[in-house]
Amino acid sequence: MKFYIPPQLTRLAIAFAIFISLFLVLRHFLVPDTFGEYGHYRGASLIDNALPEIHYAGQQACFDCHQDIEDLKKQDVHNDIHCETCHGPGQKHVLSGEAADILKPTGREFCGRCHSTNAAKQISAVFQIDLKKHNVNRNCLECHNPHQPWKMKK
Amino acid sequence: MENEKVKSSRRKFLKSAATLAGATIGYTWLKSSQFLLYGAEPEDKTLPWYGIVIDIEKCIGCGSCAKACKLENDVPKEPFFFRNWVEQYTVKNDGSVIIVSPNGGMDGFEQTVPDAETFKSFFVPKMCNHCAKSPCIQVCPVGATYDSPEGVVLVDEKYCIGCRYCVQACPYGCRFIHPVKKVANKCTLCYHRLKKNLAPACMEVCPTGARMYGNLRDKHSELVKFLKEHTTQVLRPHLNTGSKLYYNALSSEVR
Repeated sequence: MKFYIPPQLTRLAIAFAIFISLFLVLRHFLVPDTFGEYGHYRGASLIDNALPEIHYAGQQACFDCHQDIEDLKKQDVHNDIHCETCHGPGQKHVLSGEAADILKPTGREFCGRCHSTNAAKQISAVFQIDLKKHNVNRNCLECHNPHQPWKMKK
Repeated sequence: MENEKVKSSRRKFLKSAATLAGATIGYTWLKSSQFLLYGAEPEDKTLPWYGIVIDIEKCIGCGSCAKACKLENDVPKEPFFFRNWVEQYTVKNDGSVIIVSPNGGMDGFEQTVPDAETFKSFFVPKMCNHCAKSPCIQVCPVGATYDSPEGVVLVDEKYCIGCRYCVQACPYGCRFIHPVKKVANKCTLCYHRLKKNLAPACMEVCPTGARMYGNLRDKHSELVKFLKEHTTQVLRPHLNTGSKLYYNALSSEVR
């Protein structure tokens, strides 16, 4: 028996072939190079996400220069608090060494962020004072050294 | 007689062919969607698989984490864009719950409910849960958000089309559209810091050590030790998101 392909099927097959090859060509140009390297995403995006500059230098970078403060802090309860918690992002200061590039917070409100009374703070977690009662007109730093809060200045 | 034989062998052939095809299709389908069934660990065992612990008993609501996150990641200043924020829950004596988060807790908290009316009160720091089966990844139509080999959920900013599906899909409200870049933005667990062996900014500045991150795969890490020794809970466990952010001492009022 002769194998007969109807002409409309031939035309359809040609049309399909054109569409499929067009799709493959388009796909080749549209899908980024590293797509699917690790999963259903652009592999190079992992590198993009690791690129941004850091602003917080990390405590060790501070101690590389400020050994004296490390020794001070070790002796008191603020030892576990990293420098940048109070002094703010320090990478700029690490690179420049300028005093203007680091914060030196003062004021009762700043200390109060941790040390003001609040029903939600556990007593075991932080020592709390009532800002409205405790030496109202004085700055915390007049009596307390923030690096050694329990060594009173006078 | 011969015809019967042909028929039965053809039936056999079709049967086994169908079984084989079905098994192949079933296997490939199961393999690709196994992360829906359980939080599948990534294949590369040499990399850490990050998890996070937040100890609510230790959080004092100073807001250092929220502030550090904004500064480290250049998050827009407006008070409604947060990758990381703190909420104060107060359960009153009559049972009603009041939740406040002034400016995401960035400037600390003032007690809003007087002591006499307060039954209990606590802070809940919130951030991306870095789910192992995250809804935000499943809805992304272009593959612009994904689980990194370290288990960190990241966004490909060059590929994101800003369609906002993921913002809606996240049950924890951890995503937003960046007002300038017009693409999805979220906590990256400071991926750029992790790659430099630095702690995420929020963990670096937390004064009480209420936050912890670590390798879930390393059975001797501090994080795994903490998880073993405490009763921890994830947010919205019924949604089966495979969250890797564990809260210690989480109250049932937290949504």
